[in-house]
Amino acid sequence: MTDDDRVFKALADPTRRFLLDRLFERDGRTLSELESELDMTRFGVMKHLRVLEDAGLVVTRRSGREKLHFLNPVPIRLIHDRWIDKYRERQVSALADLKTELEEEMA
Amino acid sequence: MTTGTETAVTTQVYRVYIKATPEAIWDAITKPEWSERYGYGGRVEYDLRPGGAYRVFASDDMKRARAEMGGAPTPDVIVDGEVVESDPPRRLVQTWRMLMDPQTEAEGFTRLTYEIVETGPGVSKLTVTHDLEGAPRLALFVGGGMESDGAGGGWSEVFSDLKTLLETGRGMRE
Repeated sequence: MTDDDRVFKALADPTRRFLLDRLFERDGRTLSELESELDMTRFGVMKHLRVLEDAGLVVTRRSGREKLHFLNPVPIRLIHDRWIDKYRERQVSALADLKTELEEEMA
Repeated sequence: MTTGTETAVTTQVYRVYIKATPEAIWDAITKPEWSERYGYGGRVEYDLRPGGAYRVFASDDMKRARAEMGGAPTPDVIVDGEVVESDPPRRLVQTWRMLMDPQTEAEGFTRLTYEIVETGPGVSKLTVTHDLEGAPRLALFVGGGMESDGAGGGWSEVFSDLKTLLETGRGMRE
């Protein structure tokens, strides 16, 4: 699996997107905090966090006795740069071409 | 909730895997000929000793772009700080203050840690931890929360660009 595959796979699940949204709201949460917002076993939440970690979307850090989960936005940025910007550019240039064509017709 | 984890809210963590050696990543972070080629394109100046000075100078492009947007004139030095710990090519700890905006300047120095680990032959993991305690404005800026205001995508954009540059030989703007 490539890095992109792992990120898309991780994002393809609603629970994992929910977890990312919670971390986006407030970063650096413990497993217990994240678990308290989900109707799921601790083990289930851990499994989802593991997939997010493998995809690089979540990075954990130790703070004393606690393990904190941080949202790492870089993989999403890389997908944005690779997939979204490209298509947006094409759309914009298609619009620009249309404008030129229409203006030429009018001239 | 008020717990011991409350302070963690002000920390941002970025991680990116790059097909490059730790030395190449270290150079890209600490040498001006690299720093000008990705991210915001500022020229860095590092005195890589504890207590050594760190400065980033605005590029001409940056000054021009800001002038066109009708912003306040860009200062020559846009970021400053001090090296706390330097262990090339693995670990760099420094303070970091943004001088482009009076508010971030007033928030003062924050703490930035770069960690580079080789995870395979020619593949390295770069983890950057920015401790932004007492600097909410700067946190918004480096978190990419002001991108629609023309302030760029923050660290995510910088490290994506760094990866692109080291892996393809060309940064996103090149």
